Amino acid sequence: MQTLNFLKPNRDNIKNYSIIGSFLVLVSLIDVISNAFLKINLTSFLPGSLTTLFPLIFGLIGLNMMRIDYSGNKSLDLLNKNINTNNFNALLTLLILFSVVKVLPQSLSWMILDATISGDSKDACTGTGACWTYIKVWFRRFMYGMYPNEFHWRINTAFILVIALGFVGYFMKDNLKKYLALYYVIIYPVIAYLVIYYLISGGSFGLQWVETGAWGGLSLTFIVSFFCLIFCFPLGMIFALGRRSNLPAIKYISICYIEFWRGVPLITVLFMSSVMFPMFLPEDFFMDKLVRVIIAITLFEAAYCAEVIRGGLQSLPRGQYDAAKSLGMGYWKMHIFVILPQALKLVIPGIANTFLALVKDTPLIFVVGLAELAGMLALAKTNPKWLGFAMEGYIFASIVFWIICYAMSKYSYNLEAKYKTER
Amino acid sequence: MNNIIKKFIPQILAILFVVLIFGFLTLNAQTNMDNRGIDFGFDFLSQESSFDVQFSLIEYSGSDSYSRAFLVGLLNTLLVSFISIIICTILGVIIGVARLSSNYLIKNSAACYVEFFRNIPLLLQIFFWYYAALRALPMPEKANAWFGVTYMTVKGYYIPAMVWENLNIFLYCGLAAIISIIVLRNYANKLRDTQGKQIPVLLYSAALLIVLPILSFVFGGVSLGFELPELKKLSKISYIYEGGISLPPELIALVLALSLYTSTFVAECVRAGIEGVSKGQKEAAASVGLTPNQVLKLVIMPQALRIIIPPTTNQYLNLTKNSSLAAAIAYPDLVLVFAGTALMQTGKAIEIVSITMLTYLTISLTIAAIMNWYNKKIEIKEK
Repeated sequence: MQTLNFLKPNRDNIKNYSIIGSFLVLVSLIDVISNAFLKINLTSFLPGSLTTLFPLIFGLIGLNMMRIDYSGNKSLDLLNKNINTNNFNALLTLLILFSVVKVLPQSLSWMILDATISGDSKDACTGTGACWTYIKVWFRRFMYGMYPNEFHWRINTAFILVIALGFVGYFMKDNLKKYLALYYVIIYPVIAYLVIYYLISGGSFGLQWVETGAWGGLSLTFIVSFFCLIFCFPLGMIFALGRRSNLPAIKYISICYIEFWRGVPLITVLFMSSVMFPMFLPEDFFMDKLVRVIIAITLFEAAYCAEVIRGGLQSLPRGQYDAAKSLGMGYWKMHIFVILPQALKLVIPGIANTFLALVKDTPLIFVVGLAELAGMLALAKTNPKWLGFAMEGYIFASIVFWIICYAMSKYSYNLEAKYKTER
Repeated sequence: MNNIIKKFIPQILAILFVVLIFGFLTLNAQTNMDNRGIDFGFDFLSQESSFDVQFSLIEYSGSDSYSRAFLVGLLNTLLVSFISIIICTILGVIIGVARLSSNYLIKNSAACYVEFFRNIPLLLQIFFWYYAALRALPMPEKANAWFGVTYMTVKGYYIPAMVWENLNIFLYCGLAAIISIIVLRNYANKLRDTQGKQIPVLLYSAALLIVLPILSFVFGGVSLGFELPELKKLSKISYIYEGGISLPPELIALVLALSLYTSTFVAECVRAGIEGVSKGQKEAAASVGLTPNQVLKLVIMPQALRIIIPPTTNQYLNLTKNSSLAAAIAYPDLVLVFAGTALMQTGKAIEIVSITMLTYLTISLTIAAIMNWYNKKIEIKEK
């Protein structure tokens, strides 16, 4: 006579247990799925609160019965090891499964199945789902801001040129490689500046002048973060070296600089650049708002950059300094040929993280009136023809930024892994 | 001689450079201000501000001074930071521990959470909550009660207010409980070290924390009442809740965005801290015969906390600084009240922006100094 002890499953009657257990779990899942998809409540005959708890209780009992150590069944073992180690784990597993089943169909149908993308006015959106027509109509504005439509090729060309120039380092011949740092730190920023100035601003070579007030959208995010990165890196290097210096005056100036910028929020720095900075400039000297913002963010990020680079400098063993000194190298020779090449290689992942933070910070320039993506969204949201689509707009912007930032963070993880093994 | 030149020339040059830059800027500022007829000074702080603030913790009206407005903004900043820090710590610890779970589903949903909220700019998240999610809430007259007494509406979250009598006696009792717990702990530690006796400190402390405040209710004449929010008709179509405490939607959106965003970073700190304790420690502790709970409490946590706390404090600092994004959705924090409205009214750009920056700088440097002191205290003392 076989007796089934519900609380203590064992190997002897593994078949009964696993079949009954999986049946119970299946019942609970079917109940939740039918509830979510078909809006049928299978357990409506039960009193109030039991209806909601029913799948949870059944699932828990089922998973408890399936929990047999060393059952010999490969898939059962795998299941038990991964999602069903004890009662608490089983409860969490069920909760996660149920909430996914409950939430996913709703959001999917809102985002895809019931959504509209055809047409080019608000009237096209009559369904209950999302209105991607809004994004479609405003797409160019979101990407390029108020930049005239017929000149968008100029922005694209400028970006392609700048990226292509950035890859020059990969194809340099070996005997030119020693000038690589010089190229990236000094020549490249200048060329990139000229390219962006002449192509996007225009004004010469028969290109029409487009003032920076018209720049905007995602391209502005790229321009701002690109310039801030290439300028803040050399500046950060100087302050990192300064903070490690033996000379007290230089050391304390660097410490003050770094701690000051790291202690204030970016938004006050931007306020400073827009309302306070013009007061400090000579009379009749006009500086474009975009340039002021770029300078402010560069000064701000340089402090963070300096701390990252200082971390790299500190992690080098003392022997490197001693060896370089014993060869009779001076301060600059030692740093340029021995210390910095090794330290900079170490801090590449940290710099990538700083850059990631920088890209995530750029939407802030919205508060001083530069219309990058968040600013364009605010503009589109208040357009009388397109009221009521804030949700779609912010979801679109979130997806765009998420893709950019996620790709960058994955890339920086890869870099980290790569440089970890090389040392 | 050569050495002295090498040492002093760069320093003098650097100092000269800094002095020249500052001199140049001040000179420009002076001429600019002369031209525009603005004078430099902090007299405006005692003048009447004559603007209103939507939400403030202390009594404030337009007839108060600018320095009072500054205080209102600062308190609002601290309030939003404080609430967000508590929520993000709880969330962060849960998510961080979940990332180390052996359960495949839990581990991966925690990882998804972290990757999702970390990679969307904070400003967009704030906008999303404020302009998209919270705008979908019901109007006051259609709101359902949450927990029977609180109402989540498009105009804010209404919760009952506590009406205390003899609050100070209650607070003294709480203070007394805390002090006696500290004394008890020290005594228990001493007893354990000298005689090897164990006292259930946790149980006693919990009892003290509950019993003393209850005593204050019974004997101290303390009483606690609740003031419930009630629906009131303003006109034919507009309703509003009166009584109780109302949390404005700006505050809710800000707290949600800040705590969800920062909790991902806290979670990573917690994970790194627990992973940072080497496996040998756990095995050694288990082999001495400690129970799993004791292993966690006595061996893993003290070591993990040493790794977790410094970067987590850094995240709290970042949160406090990020709370300045409130200005974008018009939550009256320091930046909006002082560097926004007050600046527009007085036109004292240099004074107001520098006061704002110095305030944040003071908060940051104070916490950093405390952290340095704490790190020195807990660092492993090697011989």
